[in-house]
Amino acid sequence: MANAPKAHANPPFWRDERVLRLLAQLAFGAAVLFFGYILIQNMVNGLRQQGTTLGIGFLQNTAGFDLAETLNHYTRSSAYIQAFLAGLYNTLLVSAVGILLSTILGIILGVARLSSNVLVRNLATAYLELMRNLSLLVFLIFWYLGVFLKLPLVRDAILWPGNIILSNRGIGIPWGIPTETWPAFKLFLLGGLLLALAIIVIFHFQGKRTGKAPLAIVWAPLAFIAVAVAGWFLQPAAPLSLDLPAVQGLNIRGGRIFTPEFMALVSGLVLYTAAFIGEVVRAGIQAVSKGQVEAARAIGLTSFQTLRLVVFPQALQVIIPPLTSQYLNLTKNSSLAIAVGYPDLFYVSNTILNQSGRAVEMITLVMLTYLMFSLITSIFMNWYNARVRLVER
Amino acid sequence: MSEAIMKPPLAERQTLLGWLRKNLFNSWSNAILTVAAAWLTFVTLRGLITWVFTEADWAVIQTNLRLILLGQYPIAQVWRIWVSMLLLSFLIGNSLSIWGKGKTSTRFTIGLVVLLAALAFVVSGPSRTWLLAMGALLAAGWWLARGAGKAMRSVVGIGWVIWPLIFILLLRGFGDGGPLPQVGTNLWGGLMLTFMLTIVGIVFSFPIGVLLALGRQSDLRIVRWFCITFIEVVRGVPLITILFMAQLMLPLFLPSGVTIDRVLRAMVGITLFSAAYLAENVRGGLQAIPKGQYEAAYALGLSTTLSMGLIILPQALRLIIPILVGQFIALFKDTALVAIVGLFDLVGIARTVLAQPAFLGTHREVYAFISLLYWVFSYAMSYVSIRLEDSLGVGKR
Repeated sequence: MANAPKAHANPPFWRDERVLRLLAQLAFGAAVLFFGYILIQNMVNGLRQQGTTLGIGFLQNTAGFDLAETLNHYTRSSAYIQAFLAGLYNTLLVSAVGILLSTILGIILGVARLSSNVLVRNLATAYLELMRNLSLLVFLIFWYLGVFLKLPLVRDAILWPGNIILSNRGIGIPWGIPTETWPAFKLFLLGGLLLALAIIVIFHFQGKRTGKAPLAIVWAPLAFIAVAVAGWFLQPAAPLSLDLPAVQGLNIRGGRIFTPEFMALVSGLVLYTAAFIGEVVRAGIQAVSKGQVEAARAIGLTSFQTLRLVVFPQALQVIIPPLTSQYLNLTKNSSLAIAVGYPDLFYVSNTILNQSGRAVEMITLVMLTYLMFSLITSIFMNWYNARVRLVER
Repeated sequence: MSEAIMKPPLAERQTLLGWLRKNLFNSWSNAILTVAAAWLTFVTLRGLITWVFTEADWAVIQTNLRLILLGQYPIAQVWRIWVSMLLLSFLIGNSLSIWGKGKTSTRFTIGLVVLLAALAFVVSGPSRTWLLAMGALLAAGWWLARGAGKAMRSVVGIGWVIWPLIFILLLRGFGDGGPLPQVGTNLWGGLMLTFMLTIVGIVFSFPIGVLLALGRQSDLRIVRWFCITFIEVVRGVPLITILFMAQLMLPLFLPSGVTIDRVLRAMVGITLFSAAYLAENVRGGLQAIPKGQYEAAYALGLSTTLSMGLIILPQALRLIIPILVGQFIALFKDTALVAIVGLFDLVGIARTVLAQPAFLGTHREVYAFISLLYWVFSYAMSYVSIRLEDSLGVGKR
């Protein structure tokens, strides 16, 4: 370099930061692509040696195995894809029931942790310390093998008041059987639902306009219940007939029977997740500063209004993000169903994998499905979070 | 007479009845709650105590204790595990006197030594000598590090970093002959394998996680996208699918002829899983560092690498110590999932124990004992982390 450097001259390209950045990125991208290419190449070669190729056509083949409980009309002569869907529905069922129950139990635990009652408070703390230091898998296995399968045989089944039957073959509860007036009644239910939605929307706009909205959260369910009750009695016969479970020989007949696998999985997940949700709820309530409550009382709000208009919205803002991740954890943890033998998404996929030998396709499919759950939940929760977030002025 | 004058005023003292009234029965609803809670506690405790002391048959645990703790590790080589434990006790002793606080640390140390001595009293054979040696080394480590300066602190810190590596190498061994014959991973099992998986997960996921976090913050677009994709995909799927992928797909990715044993595959899966979660935690720490720190480092003329390594990362990592410990506890509990892919960790070994004809149907005893082991170690780790937070002054700066 014979030329003397000029003060404002552009640096040569090998010292120009923009060029260097671009080069670094290109090098990184090329390395990732190259590495990925080698891995895929190895895989394809390996599969070719085993005499298989990639593809999802095999999902149309006949499954040929039984599943203990399904929500769709799956039989052993259905296709693999039907089995996969059966597993997917079971996962959704477990997650939905689990999320609902663990939220209720979690809120109770969170409030109990803040109780002024020493005994209640310490009991909740002890429960929390017990649960969060356990391994969920060990807990589920213990819960299934050590509790639900150790229930008495059907002929010695435990009877609880309300016609609930507990045995190691399952737990039977009373259930309704649709009669011939059920289809008409369903229309009433739909009408009630529409009315409730209309009430929520109308009250929302009225609230915006006048600043004085009636409580939609009270009136909407009330309207729904009123329509449902009216529909029930307007029918010539009751739309549902009560079916009580009863012990018949070696089985429970009638009612709705929950298998030990389902019960162990759902209750285990609920008991475990509720401990974590309890902590989330407690942190949320404690995050609302005392001054907020005092200020609300000082401007004349009643204690219920304080809770609804001041404490709750602010606590919710703190609670929502960690709560979302707990819900997602529960959904992902439901894959431990394989340890208790409940045919969820992962269990069924594993069976398909073993039967068809299609490891790569099945694992990819399962991962994509779980990823989709996560994605949908986070999109929904982000939207909700943006809605409840306080607008800072 | 003078003693009576020294007593505190009567009004401040509470009678038992008064305390009960104030805390448990101050209103009707509270009284009902108290009675319900007391009844629940009573029923649970009565059931538990009855089962533990009269109904449960603990012979299965007594007979299989070695299997549960060490798996099939050859008896002739067990001394290696003990030597690692001796080193660990010495390190713990050092750390307690360096980072512990006054009386609490002393009491805690004495408690640990007494616990080890009590355990030595319970067991028999060579284990007793080893346990006593552990207690002695713990006390010695505590004594030696008293009033230690900064140099000693860094030595102990480095000790904590290299101990896991010594542990792994010592247990694995090299070659066939010689003083340390190789012990195949198929013989690893029980609590030892659970620990091993946790330690490997922590040690190897740490650098990967930090790199991923930095990559996610980077303004090189391709690097950032790659890191985001990796982190979000791994965090979006259950650990069990990643373990299955590691078991079934990893061998396919390798060139033909190269094999990789099952334990190592599980370790790869656990490490990648843990790295993604760690990356998110580190990112949280990085974001909590005020911008002024970045600008000051830049103004001093430090390059990006230097300012990260000397200014930003040390502060960010210190901030997230409690979160990291929480994550490592979760990792410890999650390693149980390797039993599903067929390894003989604590849960896997439980199946072996339960398959013994003499102990059929002892599910409750075996799984209760294993739960207890998980509980004790997780609780101990979270206790230590709270101590560590106190003495490092996390969150107080």
